[in-house]
Amino acid sequence: MADTAVHPAASSEPRGPKPRKKLSRNNIIIYGTLLVVAFYYLLPLYVMVVTSLKGMPEIRLGNIFSPPVEITFEPWVKAWSQACTGLNCDGLSRGFWNSIRITVPSVIVSIVIASVNGYALANWKFKGADAFFTILIFGAFIPYQVMLYPIVIMLREIGLYGTLWGLVIVHTIFGMPILTLLFRNYFTSLPEELFKAARVDGAGFWRIYFQIMLPMSLPIFVVAMILQVTGIWNDFLFGVVYTKPDLYPMTVQLNNIVNSVQGVKEYNVNMAATLLTGLVPLVIYFVSGKLFVRGIAAGAVKG
Amino acid sequence: MESSISIRDLSLSFGAVKVLRNLNIEIGQGEFLVLLGSSGCGKSTLLNCIAGLLDVTDGQIFIQGKNVTWAEPSDRGIGMVFQSYALYPQMTVEGNLSFGLKNAGMAKDEIKKRVARAAEILQIEPLLKRKPAALSGGQRQRVAIGRALVRDVDVFLFDEPLSNLDAKLRADLRVEIKRLHQRLKNTMIYVTHDQVEALTLADRIAIMKGGNIQQLASPNEIYNKPANKYVADFIGSPSMNFLEGVIDISGAPQFNSDVMSFDISGYEFVDGPTGGPAWFGIRPEHIVTGELLANAPVQFDAEVELVEPMGSDTLVWAKVEGVPMHFRMDGQAEVRSGDQMRIGFDPARANIFNKETELRI
Ligand SMILES: Nc1ncnc2c1ncn2[C@@H]1O[C@H](COP(=O)(O)OP(=O)(O)OP(=O)(O)O)[C@@H](O)[C@H]1O
Ligand SMILES: [Mg+2]
Repeated sequence: MADTAVHPAASSEPRGPKPRKKLSRNNIIIYGTLLVVAFYYLLPLYVMVVTSLKGMPEIRLGNIFSPPVEITFEPWVKAWSQACTGLNCDGLSRGFWNSIRITVPSVIVSIVIASVNGYALANWKFKGADAFFTILIFGAFIPYQVMLYPIVIMLREIGLYGTLWGLVIVHTIFGMPILTLLFRNYFTSLPEELFKAARVDGAGFWRIYFQIMLPMSLPIFVVAMILQVTGIWNDFLFGVVYTKPDLYPMTVQLNNIVNSVQGVKEYNVNMAATLLTGLVPLVIYFVSGKLFVRGIAAGAVKG
Repeated sequence: MESSISIRDLSLSFGAVKVLRNLNIEIGQGEFLVLLGSSGCGKSTLLNCIAGLLDVTDGQIFIQGKNVTWAEPSDRGIGMVFQSYALYPQMTVEGNLSFGLKNAGMAKDEIKKRVARAAEILQIEPLLKRKPAALSGGQRQRVAIGRALVRDVDVFLFDEPLSNLDAKLRADLRVEIKRLHQRLKNTMIYVTHDQVEALTLADRIAIMKGGNIQQLASPNEIYNKPANKYVADFIGSPSMNFLEGVIDISGAPQFNSDVMSFDISGYEFVDGPTGGPAWFGIRPEHIVTGELLANAPVQFDAEVELVEPMGSDTLVWAKVEGVPMHFRMDGQAEVRSGDQMRIGFDPARANIFNKETELRI
């Protein structure tokens, strides 16, 4: 009590953490805007989910915003295993497995090559490194359409046209400029003295890569993986150009289902098919979102 | 005795920028050489050339009599300690110490023995299982030194190893490095821009500027007989007083400036008395006051402008005939700005440089 006697006004004077008003004007504007934007983006998703869970009679009533009276998973099953995609009628499952068989090797091969490229460019300043890098980056600016046909010819010449591996090679090549840039910048941002110390310690090209650089680079590998998985999974153009109908990736099959002209439009099946196709990138985002942000931030802070 | 490191006609350019120009240095066995110079003068570059981390543009490097100009860093028999420690973050201290030995394919128990010995010398045994992130700056630097130590090399290269540490720790580790050198008797090349480190550690100091070596000599000689005005100005804190004027040797050698003129017969000229325009330099600690004036042939009246008490001594900024001069006094001296006092010095302790070439005369 002696204290209060000495400092009678102590409780009213500023002390400790500054109190913040919860409903200040700024907060209202910020959260209001965020709510509107979130609503704007989530509404179509809501409509899709709701529609995919309705039966056709209910859809014909036309209330697209109303929740399903009777929930049915029939459209999902049909989209997955029975919908007709032009020639065959075994649903999206075939496309799903095709996409997996395309995406997994493409992601692995492109990341492996690009990370070694980036490492070599960042740390081993070999002769012509700058020229190599410039050409590679320049490659990123050439429109895809220009290269479509030349690549068809090239793939045909090496006998890979219309095969999965042909498409894997295409994805690897087109992912190279941006991935190499990503890795090069990341490795450049790591302290150079670490690399020098390892060289004095007698480590060579691969040992430094595997034992020094790799363990420090998890975030950037996650970033690269997310970029590649979503990019390759969502690809339509290369899939349709460089493969045959029974190897079509999921996106192409989705298009064939949605745009098929025979019979009635089964909106519920279309919605379910679309959601199924978008599921993989979505899962990747949710699982690795945190690492993704950290990786991007690490790259940004260190230049 | 054969020299430990021999650098012959070494040049290095980054494109059009010449960073090292035709350097020649011979370093004896077990010598402690300090490279000292202002930022950007090429010290790290020279060290990286010796380590083999940079390809030289021209010239040769010999280590222990072997031409290593084209050799890999790990084959040169050198260990290097970096300013940022450069410890491998994902390895334990033990892993850091043994990484180089594993790369060389050494047997496991030999690695163990060497790591244990280095840890004992540097007193980091309790830290062996920790990761670098869990160490203090001083401990990290010790591990970095240990990494060079385990490799049992003839030559140690240090690139500003202490500059990331606070003043107290720096002083401690400085003594430790000196002790280490006395114990191991390796050749050491040590880069710094701290003159105290240079003067206390070095057998010889190389003062660098713009990729050239200005002077390569013992600390004593660098301090007392700087080869040119740059070295004289660079070494010593606070720096030397310089007076601009003309040396007259028609009679007893005289220094004349616009405002003052005095006899410098005590001064030892390099090649006998030389006249002409010159800089006259005298260190602040060689200017005396009070009773010591008896030994000072040259004396002036000075007006005190500013006093900086520094504990052990006091730094006084004054004006002599309108010319600014600064000098050291005892820490207990009672001086105030505005005071008039008599100061003096012995020309034998002065340094005189040619006005044009700035070389010592
Ligand atoms: N890779 C490079 N390309 C071009 N110029 C460079 C490169 N590395 C260093 N330099 C230049 O070479 C000069 C010497 O650099 P160096 O790192 O040897 O200086 P330093 O004496 O160690 O300086 P500090 O005391 O600041 O460490 C500097 O002017 C620097 O700008
Ligand atoms: Mg440096």
